[in-house]
Amino acid sequence: MKCVRCRAKPEVYLRAHNAAFCRGCYLEYFTRQVERAVRRQRMLGPTDRVLVAVSGGKDSLALWDVLAGLGYDTTGLYLAQGIGAYSARSRQLVETFAATRGFPLQVVDFAEQDGGMTVPDVAALTRRSPCAACGTLKRHYFDRAARDGGFDVLATGHNLDDEAARLLGNVLHWQRDHLARQRPVLEPTHAAFVRKVKPLYLLSEYETASYAFLRGIDYVVDECPNAAGATQLLYKDVLGRLEAASPGTKAGFVREFLRTGQPAFAAETTPAAGTCERCGMPSFGEVCSHCALVAEIARKRTEPPRAVAP
Amino acid sequence: MRILLRPQCRTVDLTGRRTVARLLRELGVLPGTAMVIRKDTLLLDSEIVEEDDEIEVRAVISGGAA
Repeated sequence: MKCVRCRAKPEVYLRAHNAAFCRGCYLEYFTRQVERAVRRQRMLGPTDRVLVAVSGGKDSLALWDVLAGLGYDTTGLYLAQGIGAYSARSRQLVETFAATRGFPLQVVDFAEQDGGMTVPDVAALTRRSPCAACGTLKRHYFDRAARDGGFDVLATGHNLDDEAARLLGNVLHWQRDHLARQRPVLEPTHAAFVRKVKPLYLLSEYETASYAFLRGIDYVVDECPNAAGATQLLYKDVLGRLEAASPGTKAGFVREFLRTGQPAFAAETTPAAGTCERCGMPSFGEVCSHCALVAEIARKRTEPPRAVAP
Repeated sequence: MRILLRPQCRTVDLTGRRTVARLLRELGVLPGTAMVIRKDTLLLDSEIVEEDDEIEVRAVISGGAA
């Protein structure tokens, strides 16, 4: 087997494309794929200020690396969620990545927000699952950092496997409102929102991991300790088996949904978001889910301990 | 050969040479879900890993993205 471009010894074979690439040609291929997705979906303008959400994982660091390499005005945003050694390690990797390349980085430390909002604390105090607490907090701080920093776009490292697993979950539960919003570009629906884009939505995890490895990007290989047993991993396993039996299944699933299925769901009207009276971010009630969570945490912290039954 | 599985941080010792594809089958790893790394290079399924090689099998699938 030889590189499809230059006939050199390959290092990456993409089963879905039946194509092998040497190191240099693979990095070029990957970059062009991101560039094409950005252009075809009109994700970024040449003067846009782009806030890149980075977790320390392969996808977000690869995305930041490519977008900065393409000349976009990028700033990284890292959320320090307080998940023990996992968060400490991922923060260290993100800060090193940014410092060695001279990329600007913003860090939001959950321990310093609203009296302390780390994911373990919020989960313990509210009996929410850590993933549910994490999701609510991440969405809020991403949106708020983008608004407060005057950014035009928020870019995330969601890849093809993420999108296929999310689509499978949405279809299995026929979550019409979620299907209506599952797109690689989300235009703002409220003055406090910015455009959200997923430039890696057609690149598999194998492709993003290969890019990160071949570029020498030191990323966090360990899984979030709260992800064990996550439903998304089950969906990814099922899709991985389908992909192994029939390469290209995941890409076809997502592409065809976006071409034929998604427009039908998007045509349904959804209620417009109002404004949270506390933080000014979008909300479907008087206060947004984040501010409701902050109030609940504050209440729990001031409650006297319950008497133990004899 | 010594195999390091990540992120499990587990090592497996195997004897004899074999293709990467066979190695992954023996480890129960689906194609396209892990990188196979020898020193600083990625290996294709058709390549041979030798008795005295040190190999890293690094999973690429991550979950929990909200």
